[in-house]
Amino acid sequence: MDILKFLTAGSVDDGKSTLIGRLLYDTGSVLADQLEAIQKSNRKNDDGTVDLAILTDGLKAEREQGITIDVAYKYFQTEKRKFIIADTPGHIQYTRNMVTGASNADLAIILVDARKGVIEQTIRHSYLVSLLALEHVVVCVNKMDMVDYSEAIFEKIHADYHTLATKLGIKEVTFIPVSALRGDNIVNESSAMPWYKGKSLLEHLETVKVHEVDSLLPARMAVQWVVRPQTDALHDYRGYAGRVLSGAFKVGKQVKVFPSGMKSTIARLETFDGDLQIAEEGKSITLHLADEIDISRGDMIGEIERAPIISNEIEADICWMDTRELDTSTTYFIQHQSKVTRCKIREVLYKVNINTLEKVNADSFGLNDIGRVEIKTADELAFDPYDKNKRNGGAIIIDSRTNVTVGALMLRAAL
Amino acid sequence: MNYLDQLEAEAIAILREVAGQFEKPALLFSGGKDSITLVRLAEKAFRPGKFPFPLVHVDTGHNFPEVIEFRDRMIEKIGEKLIIGHVQDAIDSGKVMEQKGKNASRNALQTVTLLETIEKNKFDACIGGARRDEEKARAKERIFSVRDEFGQWDPKRQRPELWNTFNGKIHKGENVRVFPISNWTELDVWNYIKRENIEIPSIYYSHDREVIERNGVWMAAHEFLNMDADDQVYTKSVRFRTVGDMTCTAAVESEKTEIDDIILEISQSKISERGARMDDKVSEAAMEDRKKGGYF
Repeated sequence: MDILKFLTAGSVDDGKSTLIGRLLYDTGSVLADQLEAIQKSNRKNDDGTVDLAILTDGLKAEREQGITIDVAYKYFQTEKRKFIIADTPGHIQYTRNMVTGASNADLAIILVDARKGVIEQTIRHSYLVSLLALEHVVVCVNKMDMVDYSEAIFEKIHADYHTLATKLGIKEVTFIPVSALRGDNIVNESSAMPWYKGKSLLEHLETVKVHEVDSLLPARMAVQWVVRPQTDALHDYRGYAGRVLSGAFKVGKQVKVFPSGMKSTIARLETFDGDLQIAEEGKSITLHLADEIDISRGDMIGEIERAPIISNEIEADICWMDTRELDTSTTYFIQHQSKVTRCKIREVLYKVNINTLEKVNADSFGLNDIGRVEIKTADELAFDPYDKNKRNGGAIIIDSRTNVTVGALMLRAAL
Repeated sequence: MNYLDQLEAEAIAILREVAGQFEKPALLFSGGKDSITLVRLAEKAFRPGKFPFPLVHVDTGHNFPEVIEFRDRMIEKIGEKLIIGHVQDAIDSGKVMEQKGKNASRNALQTVTLLETIEKNKFDACIGGARRDEEKARAKERIFSVRDEFGQWDPKRQRPELWNTFNGKIHKGENVRVFPISNWTELDVWNYIKRENIEIPSIYYSHDREVIERNGVWMAAHEFLNMDADDQVYTKSVRFRTVGDMTCTAAVESEKTEIDDIILEISQSKISERGARMDDKVSEAAMEDRKKGGYF
């Protein structure tokens, strides 16, 4: 059993909360006291049944305003998989929330209202999914009950979305006609749409193949912490603690330390539960090198043949996440893996209108704006282009005055 | 990777980020299964080195004796430093008032002692065992959650948390609460405890205990609960699903003494874990309000 992390994109009007509520309810993930709390609340559907949307409402402030402020994480599991849902609001003013949710998701569910078809919001959500390079997209055509479960309407949306996905370079898309309110094709297959031969949403989520270790990716590990017990018994012990970001490390293999470029050989791959011969993507390890070289937090260990890009002048896509506008004259911090250094976003190349996908000229970026920039960093970063290896291609911008995370970067190339 | 391996690797990476980013971190240890799990994860993150932080226990004085005994034994075994903050001290100095009546609990008073302990020791990060599946306010909390000088959490001013990149930069006086097992569920913790063969306090397993009924749930019969003649004492076979104060932690009737049975019982249970905590029942938004006030 493994974990599937997925994101749901859509707004309240699309029945997103009802869809999540339905997944939780029909998989028996709602416990008695939670159900009791819901039933005590006076929110009901027109037919008197429990309003499942309420299962995803979080905070008092949100209930008062009837909106979702933030990314909420929901958990459920079946016999086949453990699921983590990043529930993000869909309105344009919450673009940053969706970007945040998408950064940690393996799959995105995009909700399309069968009555409305592919609309501006669908384009926006799909663009963000492609920007964050999610590998899997599921388009749930919802509210099929309100269009008489029409196959023709489903097929039209299928064709329209296919055109959009091709334009955005989204490779894997699965289409499912559903009614979250009635429960059609969410957990249980629907008898109302005999023309649909595919899987229900849950069945698809249970079986879709994700995070198979991609052995084609180059080995990378950012050093987070140097383990130095400095006891008599372990006087010369020096282990580099970190998580394998991508690829795999093997004992005996030569590696390079970046950005210094020093070479050494892997002597040990240590874990608390014993040494490994191979440490693959995702594993937290303590790595030992054969030679004594100067390595500290912020350094990157990687393979020699396929080295990361080492540069302090970088082109990147950015999503601005702060109400205070981006300022090209301000010095910010940039955090890439365990490395933090100062930077300037010295040029804005263009902004993307995320509803129409047009590139437009811009001097600065406000909250939720997305586009391309040039960055100059104080120290060099050791990164991979985000589209080639997203495990080592993302970074954040921190405002040095407020310490708040103000931007998400998808690093693209050295200038 | 198996899901427990995925969760473990993520938690270890988060702990190492704390070590790398902060000057004076601490691990908040309650004696409950979640913080015991954190201790194991810290061993996996830092051994053969020492933990780069002490353990901190906020002792309400109303803990189960079994838990205190367990705590001291565990500290001896792992050879790490323990700092204890006593709620009794805050009561004695008049900083907080002891509640009165049958529903009196020191649970809410912990916040003051916790904040004082943080201030006194100048901790800039506190690692805690909270999980997002516990409660809907927690479901929205970050893994690195910044608190202001007053220990307050502002759900509307949270930092976006992207990829596995955690921004721990803070101003002087601010403090970050870090939750490495945010993505674990109650069942995940139990399955991990089983897999790792981790020892937990005996009260998690079924035992005979004198109990009284309060607000429809079984509570351990003890003087801390301000019992009177109306309280009828029964002896029941019970276990506890969480370990908090004796005054606010309800027992569930159970015959289960093996971890496998407990895992089975929990996976079939109809009451969620926090449903057995009196402190959340006060109002629907109880947790959100306490967190805003600096509760752990």
